[in-house]
Order: sequence, then structure tokens, then C-alpha cells
Amino acid sequence: MAPPLSERNTENLWSLTGVHFGYNGTPVLRDVSLKLRAGQCTGILGPNGSGKTTLLDLLAGLQTPQAGTIEFLGRPLATWPKKQLARLLALVPQDFMVRFGFSVREVVEMGLHPHLHRFATPSEADRALIDRALAATGIAALADRPVTRLSGGEKQRVAVARALAQQPTVLLLDEATSNLDIHHSLELLHLIRDRFERQAMQVVAVMHDLNLAAFFCDHLIFLKEGQVICQGPTEEVLTPATIGTVYGVEAEVTANAFTNCRQVSFRLPAAL
Amino acid sequence: MSGRIALAWMLPLAAALVFGVALSATLGYLDVSIPDVFAILFAKLHGQTMPAGIDPVAATVVADVRMPRILAAVLVGGLLGVSGAVFQAILLNPLADSYTLGISTGAAFGASLVIVLQIFGLVLPPGVTIPIFAFGGGAGTLAVVLFLAAGDRRLSSTSLILAGVIVAAILSAAIGFLKFLADEQVGLIVFWLMGSLAGASWANILLLAPAALAGTLVAVLYSRDLNIMATGDRAATSLGVNTVRLRLVLLAVATLMTALAVSVSGIIGFVGLIVPHMLRHLVGPDNRALIPLSFFIGGLLLLIADTLTRAVLPVEVPIGVLTALLGGPFFCFLFKKRQRDGATAF
Repeated sequence: MAPPLSERNTENLWSLTGVHFGYNGTPVLRDVSLKLRAGQCTGILGPNGSGKTTLLDLLAGLQTPQAGTIEFLGRPLATWPKKQLARLLALVPQDFMVRFGFSVREVVEMGLHPHLHRFATPSEADRALIDRALAATGIAALADRPVTRLSGGEKQRVAVARALAQQPTVLLLDEATSNLDIHHSLELLHLIRDRFERQAMQVVAVMHDLNLAAFFCDHLIFLKEGQVICQGPTEEVLTPATIGTVYGVEAEVTANAFTNCRQVSFRLPAAL
Repeated sequence: MSGRIALAWMLPLAAALVFGVALSATLGYLDVSIPDVFAILFAKLHGQTMPAGIDPVAATVVADVRMPRILAAVLVGGLLGVSGAVFQAILLNPLADSYTLGISTGAAFGASLVIVLQIFGLVLPPGVTIPIFAFGGGAGTLAVVLFLAAGDRRLSSTSLILAGVIVAAILSAAIGFLKFLADEQVGLIVFWLMGSLAGASWANILLLAPAALAGTLVAVLYSRDLNIMATGDRAATSLGVNTVRLRLVLLAVATLMTALAVSVSGIIGFVGLIVPHMLRHLVGPDNRALIPLSFFIGGLLLLIADTLTRAVLPVEVPIGVLTALLGGPFFCFLFKKRQRDGATAF
């Protein structure tokens, strides 16, 4: 396990300087410089094609930038051994597809991979960990079902359970609630928020839903066309002005007493 | 869990294989009893003279004719089974095997080339050159397929299979040209392309056995990584699996295994496809169990098929034809079943 970050709350998890990235010459991220800090749930927001997922891939070390530097915990990301990185970072992909009918338990057990030697079998403690991950995500009853037979939302929860079994220092979510209904979305975000608050598991989440982001994230980064438009604490940057610039809609942001967080309403701007 | 499944199946399968080998050795034109088979092999292995009461002709037939062929059947079946399991796991495609990638066709092209070169008077010892050319053909095909698929840096299974189909089509035409060159002796190539274990020798066994052992061990070593590959490249990489290296290493190993099998037996289809497929239904998709069991079931199936054609059927049908005739309809059945159950049934 990595050293706990709870006592070093202001430390930088990532530090990006002048990062460029593109696919086949088409730029996706342009001159991104950012610091992602520990001790806050960070949300990455932006319209479709703004580079959110690519940014997450860069943070996870799944892609390398064509220019600029990325440091993770004070050390160049590229120099981290992949296996060690896998013990610190877990990714919940947007579309969790499993080929072949592995059982739910088998898939969640894969989360132990970076912690186990090649021929090691899971110990009693590992098994208990898997059981807790299954229970926490509400899929214990599905443990023996082939994962290919599950609904999209159930699969998504399997992906989260596997990421929890990975015992990461930082959890990276790529629109993890996009396949879930509101009840399961809230349940999942509450569960992750709880891990963040009690066990100091850090979270960086690409989000689509502004209202869920307002509830879930302490810190927001807005991307548009591959560039960072603005970033800061949720209550400072989640404003009609930002939303207007980033998404091109008219927005109203209110403090909602019912949910006890900010609430965003929006409409298309009136034609001029 | 998977370790226990594998063990629980492996021991009876190993016993069945030993029994099958012994039983197969008794069958043929000459009747030999099972105890005599063991007595002959025991004496041979220890370099002793044959015990009294055993027909010396029977001893020669069993030890020098039947045994190499029987063991070759087991090893070729095992090699094809394991390489099929590996190809399917890497390409994330339950319908993949060495044919999908064009590797068998490449190996067959290499071996046909040796046959044609011999017809044109090039003196080469076929025992050595056929395996070398078959591997050269298989590995060359893999290299071309990888090159064609490499435009897509992640080596996705779709681009790999498409590249395999393209290269196999070209190689089939090239084999056709070799057949044309071989003219009257085309029968040599055709018989070999249809697959046969009739010519198997102890030298073949010395080549196949270490390859089967080493190849299966490497595949088992990477079996947990292979399982994780089933959840997608991005997820696998984030779990610390080096997906590109894993693909390259295991494709090379499975190619080598296929090429060696092809160099001894010619093209034997459907074993590599159906064995892992069937096992996935029986024991689940966990490669830690699937890969070692594919060796045993592949070996057992090919042993049964070869014994059928060698000793039971009135005429010796080329084994590749037999496996295609038996495996083809079974495959059609699986294919239809897959459509009925929806593609997620695998």
C-alpha cells in the first residue's frame, strides 16, 4: 500500500505542465497545465469531445503526452512501473465490457491482480475484501452470475467493485454513473464519497451531469476544445458565466435547500 | 477455485489419456493386448530385450510404428488446443484460432514450398526443413499480419483478424500456384494439406514434446493476465497488465506451437477452435483452468480421431478431413446456438 495521503491533504497528486496530446495529428488537449490536489474530490467537466476522457487516460498513464510533463506524487508519471501504478490508481471505465462469461466474483477478484504474485491465490483476507466490495456495491447476490448476462447498470457496479478491490490511493471515474438510474447513481456516489471521507481514497471523476457534479465534487475543472477554461472550488466556479462559456447555454445556479447543494438549471440561449 | 477445477479435471484426464494411448496401441491390423503393450514399452524404455512370449513383429509395430504416431496425435492435438485457447483469449474472439490469423495457411505454405523445391531437385532433409519452413511461413505470416494491423497501435482484435483473412487469401493462392508447379506430384502436397499423422516418427516426438510443454507453461504463466484482457485494453492496462507485450509474447508462442504441429501433421482444422470452446461451456472461461485442460482434451480428441481413421475405419481417411467433417457440423451448431442465445452467450 502507498503511504496514506490523509495527513498530507494539500499535497499535489498530479502536476501537469504544458501538456499536449492528439490522435493522428488532431489535437485533443492543448497546453494543459494543472495541479490536482489530494483531499478533495475533483471533477472534470466539459462538453462532448472536450478531452475529458483523454485527460483521465493521461492521468492514469494509459497515454503519454506528445509534449509537456506529467508528474504523479512528485515523480514523472512515465517513470512509474506499471504494476506499482496499478496499486495506486484504479480506473472505472465508461463502458465496462467483458468478453467471455466470467462470473461477477471472478471479475471483481481481478482487482487483486496488481497486489498478487503470478501464482498466488487470494488469501482469506483477500476473499473478505472481495465480499465487502460486492456488498458495498450491492451486487453480492449476483456474485456467481456470468457478467455477460448483467444489465448495463449492474456491469457498471461490477467495475466499481473491482476498482474498490484494487484498494487504490486514487480512484479515477470515467462517467461511472452514465449507465445508472438516479437511485443507483446517488448510491454509488455516496459510497465513493464515503470512502473518500473515511478512508481518504482520492477521487478524480469525469462527470457529465452538472447537478451530480455539484453534489459530488469539491473542486471542478472545466475543459473546452482541449483547453482548461477554469478551475477551482465548486462553489466558486460553478456559475452561470462558466457554464455559459463552456457549454453555450444560459444557466441559473441556485443553492438548493432540499438537496443542500448547488442546483443548475439551463436552457438554450434565445436566438439573437 | 480455478486451480481446484483444473486439478479435479486434470487427474482423470491424464489417466484417460494414458489409457487411451495404451488402448490405441492395441488396435490395428495386428492385435496386441494391453499388458503386452506395457511390457513392450517398459522393455524399450529400459533398453532390455523383449520378454519371451511377445511376438517380435508386434514389438516393432507397437514401439516404432504405432507409438510415435499415437504420441504425435496427442501432442499435435494438445498443441492445437492450447494455441486455440490462447488465440481466442488474446483476440477476445471465441471463434478465433490459428486459421483466423492465417498462421496455419502460412505454415502450410512453408511446408508446401519444401515439397516443391524437392520436386525441382533441391536435396534437403525433409525431417528438418519442413518444421523450419513451416515455422518460417507461420512466423512470416504473423509478422505481416501484425504489420498490417499495426496502423492501429493497440492491435485491436478486429484489425488483427481482418489482416489475417487478407494474408490467408493471398497464401491460399500461393499454395495453389505451388500445386500447379508440382504438376503430377501434386498428390504429395494435397495429402499433406489434408493432414495426416501417418508419417510421424520418434524424431517428431522429440520436437513436439518439449515445444508442447514449454508453450503450455508460458501460456499458463500469463493466464491471469489473459483473463483480465477480457475486460478490455484500457481496464487491463490500468490493472498493470502490459497488453502490447502480452499480445506479442503469446502470439509468438501460439504461432510457434501451431507451426510445429502443422509441420508434423499438415493442416488439421477445428481442433484449436472447438476444444477451448467446448471447455468454456464446461468449466467456465478462466484461462488458468482452460489452457491446461485444452491440452488434455485436444490430445484426447485427436487421439480418438486418429485411432478411428488408422484402425477402425476400413479406409484411412486423412485426419484433417475427418476432423473437419466431424468438427464442421458441430461448429455450425454452436454458431446457430450463439445467434439464438444472443452474442453474449459466450
